Amino acid sequence: MIWCAAVLPNTNTNSMNRWFSCFLFNIVTPAHIVRLYDRFEALDKEKTGHLRPQDFGAINRLAMNPIGDRIIGAFFSPGQETVDFHSFVRILAHFRPADKKRPKDPSMPEPVNSRTSKLKFAFQLYDQDKDGKISRAELLQVLRSMLEMQVTEEQLESIADRTIQEADLDKDDAISFEEFRKSLEKVNIDHKMSIRFLR
Amino acid sequence: MSVRVALHSPTGSRSFLERGLLLLVMLIFLEGTVLTLGAASSPDISAQDNTGGGHDRRDDHRGIAGSHEHTNYTYTKKAFPVLSLDYHHIQVPFEISLWVLLASLMKLGFHLIPRLSSIVPESCLLIVVGLLVGGLIKLAGEEVPPVLDSNLFFLCLLPPIILDAGYFLPIRPFMENIGTILMFAVVGTLWNAFFVGGLLYAVCQIEGTYLSQVELLPCLLFGSIISAVDPVAVLAVFEEIHINELLHILVFGESLLNDAVTVVLYHLFEEYSGAGEVTPTDVILGVICFLIVSLGGIAVGAIYGILAAFTSRFTSHTRVIEPLFVFVYSYMAYLSAEMFHLSGIMALIACGAVMRPYVEANISHKSHTTVKYFLKMWSSVSETLIFIFLGVATVAGPHAWNWTFVSVTVILCLVSRVIGVVGLTFIINKFRIVKLTTKDQFIVAYGGLRGAIAFSLGYLLDKDLFPMRTMFLTAIITEIFFTVFVQGMTIKPLVDLLAVKKKQEAKRSINEEIHTQFLDHLLTGIEDICGHYGHHHWKDKLNRFNKKYIKKCLIAGERYKEPQLIAFYHKMEFKQAIELVESGGGVKLPSAMPSQVSMQNIQPKKLPPAVAERALPQFTKGREEEIRKILRSNLQKTRQRLRSYNRHTLVADPFEDGWNDFLLKKQRMIELEKKMTEMSNYLTVPAAPPDSPTMCRARLASDPNAFYNIKASSDGVPTIQVDLASPQSPDSVNMLNEFSKRGATDQGLGQREGATRDEDQGLMMKLSSAGKEEKEEGGNKNPGLMRCLSDPGPSNEDEEDEPFLP
Repeated sequence: MIWCAAVLPNTNTNSMNRWFSCFLFNIVTPAHIVRLYDRFEALDKEKTGHLRPQDFGAINRLAMNPIGDRIIGAFFSPGQETVDFHSFVRILAHFRPADKKRPKDPSMPEPVNSRTSKLKFAFQLYDQDKDGKISRAELLQVLRSMLEMQVTEEQLESIADRTIQEADLDKDDAISFEEFRKSLEKVNIDHKMSIRFLR
Repeated sequence: MSVRVALHSPTGSRSFLERGLLLLVMLIFLEGTVLTLGAASSPDISAQDNTGGGHDRRDDHRGIAGSHEHTNYTYTKKAFPVLSLDYHHIQVPFEISLWVLLASLMKLGFHLIPRLSSIVPESCLLIVVGLLVGGLIKLAGEEVPPVLDSNLFFLCLLPPIILDAGYFLPIRPFMENIGTILMFAVVGTLWNAFFVGGLLYAVCQIEGTYLSQVELLPCLLFGSIISAVDPVAVLAVFEEIHINELLHILVFGESLLNDAVTVVLYHLFEEYSGAGEVTPTDVILGVICFLIVSLGGIAVGAIYGILAAFTSRFTSHTRVIEPLFVFVYSYMAYLSAEMFHLSGIMALIACGAVMRPYVEANISHKSHTTVKYFLKMWSSVSETLIFIFLGVATVAGPHAWNWTFVSVTVILCLVSRVIGVVGLTFIINKFRIVKLTTKDQFIVAYGGLRGAIAFSLGYLLDKDLFPMRTMFLTAIITEIFFTVFVQGMTIKPLVDLLAVKKKQEAKRSINEEIHTQFLDHLLTGIEDICGHYGHHHWKDKLNRFNKKYIKKCLIAGERYKEPQLIAFYHKMEFKQAIELVESGGGVKLPSAMPSQVSMQNIQPKKLPPAVAERALPQFTKGREEEIRKILRSNLQKTRQRLRSYNRHTLVADPFEDGWNDFLLKKQRMIELEKKMTEMSNYLTVPAAPPDSPTMCRARLASDPNAFYNIKASSDGVPTIQVDLASPQSPDSVNMLNEFSKRGATDQGLGQREGATRDEDQGLMMKLSSAGKEEKEEGGNKNPGLMRCLSDPGPSNEDEEDEPFLP
């Protein structure tokens, strides 16, 4: 348990107090918090202490990203219009490299950067209606956004069909989280879903 | 590269007698070879030097013949020589061919002996064969030819192997680990060189040994020669242990990239050995030289690679020489780099890696297969020859055995390698996301094999400048033998023992592909949010740049737009279709059957409806199903028909003839379709709509059993079945085994290996230009299918083959 007693720039002390007092210390290290706070401030142009979708939208490169809006959407909990620093860090903490040496303690909650949590995060990006499954329509949406204008609708449909058929083990014509996880068992998720920034 | 020729029948069924006979034949052949080589070795037979000699002899011969003729007129007529032996005339090519043949037969032989190839790696066996041959030659009393001449090695034997490695280099894992690889290659090699050289010098100074005349600089030179991990040996051994991709690329990448360091160190120490000392200025110059050598080599390679890609853009009318461009440009890159004393290996790798994506998009399927096979063949032969020659050179070379020197060398090499790897990993792990475990470190350290490059470099040393050259050579050979035999043989059991992760043989699923791409986008987005210019950011940038500018220049036609996912998907579809049919899949194909729609081209949706109206008679869906069923059930019978049908229907690019021909063909298509509905046994002509190059390739690469539906994007064009015409010969099965065993590093190769077949048969039947036309936008020539069709291969006779009969 690392207490964040670090000396931080003299900004919004209220929010700082808040994150000190909660369980951030176990998610990211103090150094990360400093860096992420700088970034948060840079994005938060109006200094409200919260980020809105427009602030994310201002990032040019994100606009070019085929799934940019989904990513932005992932930061906002359902019903919320803004995201504060705490949630910001929490989401980004998913992308820390997993700690392999952590003993597998079933009583402890799953850390946010474990393989399962990462996969769950990715799954939620697919599953927009939050029903726990990736339906054919949702898959089609993702494919459409990734492949943009380069393919015909029928091609997309056949790819989607093929994908579901391959992964769907319980034949419900949708991909559940378990099936999703299984189809990616050979991929090194820890490597693929980690960024060096948060090492 | 050891290309295994799998036995046609499983080993068990091959009778012992057959095997024994074959071995006997080979032994006799071997004996004959040896005697011939021995007899001819008295004159200097090194390939380069002999051309002069050969010429003289030929002139003499002609001179003699001339005078003979002359004498004919003036003197008594001699008996006309009905049969005469003139060995010298063909000596050099004959000997080269004999060596190559010997190498290949040896390879064959190893696989006849059961279980031998699983215990002993091929490289060891080949060295032993070389030793035997050398020994036999010596026993025969002849002088053993200096076969591992450095010129021959560096200019002829090494390039094919490196080109093969570079062309099929898996770029993605290589780039992901480039930092680690560079650390190992540069820092690791430097450490090894100085550690070994320095300590050796210290040992030599000890009173007990009689080596005090060995100075520091020659020792350091020796250290730099012996410290480089050899790509040939690594390839030969690692290929058989099927280790996971990460470790493979680490050790292999290191062996490739340390060439620059070796070149610089070698030249540096060689230059200054005469002078006897190295000043700090020289060191700085050395560092600059290193940068120039490595970056220059890569630049040269990249330039030639781009040239090759650009050239391949225009080869649509001369398909048969396409592979030649690949080979010649690469070889010239190597030679150009060597000319400037830059790193030829790095040039070759850069050339192959740069040109590959573009060339593959441009060249026809057959050329692609040719390139692949030729590279594998040449590199395999080269590798075999190198190991055999190592054995022969061991027997031949003058040796100066010194227990101290040799044993200290071997021990020091091991020790320095282990320390180097462990130390470097400690530093590297601070920067890696996925850390290297102890097991990984062990394999990396243990896999640092030395090989023929070290020997050739030692051989190049000047006898006068380095009086202890023979001692060096002996030590180098011993080190090579130690690593190849001891480490090479034991690495496989150790890998099993330590339960190191093995290579995943299964092919990627479409799920993996989609999700991986999705995750790529996700990570790029997250990095953008963090404001962090990381790995994904640059990769994304490079991809965009590539797509926007480079692909347009280097890839012909409209092909550059094809997204990778689609290509992958098509490949998968075809493979599954093949498997389905092969397994005797029932009449009703499940939904996984490639649906009509997937075969469509990838033009955007905004087709003018007027275009679609230029239609042929419509087929209802039900009709199509019926037709499909009929054709499927008659697949076997129609295959024989295919042969004759093949020849007549293989036509050149229809579009070159223009509209008239197109209309004519459309007419023919209509007639054919009508016939098809009536006759049940009739083979159809493919109405292949334009399709992507990879689809085309995948189709052609697929089992001839496969057939698939092709339907135009618009409803107006009927669906017509295609049956691939290429008869399948039994050999094609072997090729499948061969490549799967080979554990090709190339992923593309791996993906194709599921359906790799011998492609010389005429696959492409005439296509209906009807479907194609609809999709055209403003007269753009359809690239994909044209590419396939317009390449009939070298000659039509090649299309003939034995009909495949199940």
